[in-house]
Amino acid sequence: MIKVSKLNKHFGPLHVLKDVDMEVKAGEVVCLIGASGSGKSTLLRCINFLETAQSGEIYIEGRLIDRKKDDLNKIRQEVGMVFQLFNLFPHKTVLGNVIEAPVMVKKTPVKQATEEAMALLEKVGLADKARSYPSQLSGGQKQRVAIARALAMHPKIMLFDEPTSALDPELVGEVLTVMKKLVQEGMTMIVVTHEMAFAREVADWVVYMDEGRIVEVDRPSVIFGNPAHERTRVFLSRVLEPNAGVFGNQPPGNEVCNLCGCKIS
Amino acid sequence: MGIIEYAVDFYSLLVKSYPIFIQATALTLRLTVAALGIGILIGLVFAMMKISKNRFFNAIADGYITVIRGTPLIVQIFWIYYGLAPIINVPAFWAASLALAVHNGAYIAEIFRGGIQSINRGQMEAARSVGMTYGLAMRRIVLPQAFKRCIPPLGNQFIIGLKDSSLAAFVTMPELFMTAMRRAANQPGNALEYYTIAGLYYLALVVVFAFLVKKLERRLDVD
Ligand SMILES: Nc1ncnc2c1ncn2[C@@H]1O[C@H](COP(=O)(O)OP(=O)(O)O)[C@@H](O)[C@H]1O
Ligand SMILES: [Mg+2]
Repeated sequence: MIKVSKLNKHFGPLHVLKDVDMEVKAGEVVCLIGASGSGKSTLLRCINFLETAQSGEIYIEGRLIDRKKDDLNKIRQEVGMVFQLFNLFPHKTVLGNVIEAPVMVKKTPVKQATEEAMALLEKVGLADKARSYPSQLSGGQKQRVAIARALAMHPKIMLFDEPTSALDPELVGEVLTVMKKLVQEGMTMIVVTHEMAFAREVADWVVYMDEGRIVEVDRPSVIFGNPAHERTRVFLSRVLEPNAGVFGNQPPGNEVCNLCGCKIS
Repeated sequence: MGIIEYAVDFYSLLVKSYPIFIQATALTLRLTVAALGIGILIGLVFAMMKISKNRFFNAIADGYITVIRGTPLIVQIFWIYYGLAPIINVPAFWAASLALAVHNGAYIAEIFRGGIQSINRGQMEAARSVGMTYGLAMRRIVLPQAFKRCIPPLGNQFIIGLKDSSLAAFVTMPELFMTAMRRAANQPGNALEYYTIAGLYYLALVVVFAFLVKKLERRLDVD
């Protein structure tokens, strides 16, 4: 489905992705883990061509994508993306967010797009919020709308960039439930996440990244049970340590995530 | 002469000159609306050039904004009225409007640029990620949000533009200021009063317009 080969990305002097190779087959779920700044977001953004890699190849369904010749807008239609901070369109209703691209990009008639959008909102449990504005929704609801918005283009693969990292802990579950539903339906997915329980449960492969390199790729049982690399082990022990956890060992009130430095708010 | 007599005299000047000043007000408004309308289009184009990744466009936009902000409006009006208008052969009204538009456009470009850049980058990215082109994402997602934020500074620019339109008097437009100048020339004894009367018309226009902008802001819930 998607193959990344020898991808290198620099931001000025900063070498953010170093010879990254990755392959995701149709129907597979790959969870991408690693510390903050290791290049996980950048990798997803390169796959979606929101960033331009300086060297390397990206194949989608076996076809090498040429940035210059191929219509990247067409490719992005087939690669859905869900962002950490939702990025819903605040001036449009929930329904308006979901039908925007089908109507404006694919020229789907509004009536048909609306029917499809309502079915998607039903699926993410938000049909009753169709007429609300994003500002009236909780974080978990916003993220579920963002998932529906991406699905409305019938993508062949979905990329999730820490979809639950900005959520209050009690809202994480509802988003993961929707994502699990997609997994069951056979959606191909790459998920950057710190939700190790989720990765363990649904991932076909877990990819551990550190400082712009893919250190280890294996089945979740191996990564979480007996990883081959010391660095993976150290990283996971920091995350999974019983009372350290993601926000552990810090004064209550202003904890900072041990992984990515994000704050609970 | 006592203050009461002065007030009575002033009032009678105000009433007697009312028909001609109302006509002049209409012209001032037409000039301003035309100037700001074209200015918004110019501003939009140059704002897009300014935020574009294309160096050539950046340079053009920078040059335009620098020249316009760095030279007096009256000089720009003369450039267009005496320099450009005879070549492209446009009527005086449109030459004056165009000059005011070119001037206001530079300031409006900066207002739009600020508004567009104040919109979170994630909006453009989300729009691109569902397959929208840059232009479509700009038009459907970024600009509507940016425009809302631009309403207060645009309202301010409109007020400045309204008063600046008085300089069109120097290229034969019989708008408010020209009308006051003519009256003053005919009745030098009441010169100051006529300029004050013109000032009062501007003041009334500005007060009404500021009220309308406030209402619009509230209606659109500008943050
Ligand atoms: N647009 C950018 N410009 C400059 N540096 C960037 C940019 N985006 C990311 N980086 C840098 O690239 C590195 C990897 O970032 P990122 O891919 O966001 O990591 P992760 O998602 O794993 O936390 C970081 O050091 C980050 O500061
Ligand atoms: Mg990230």
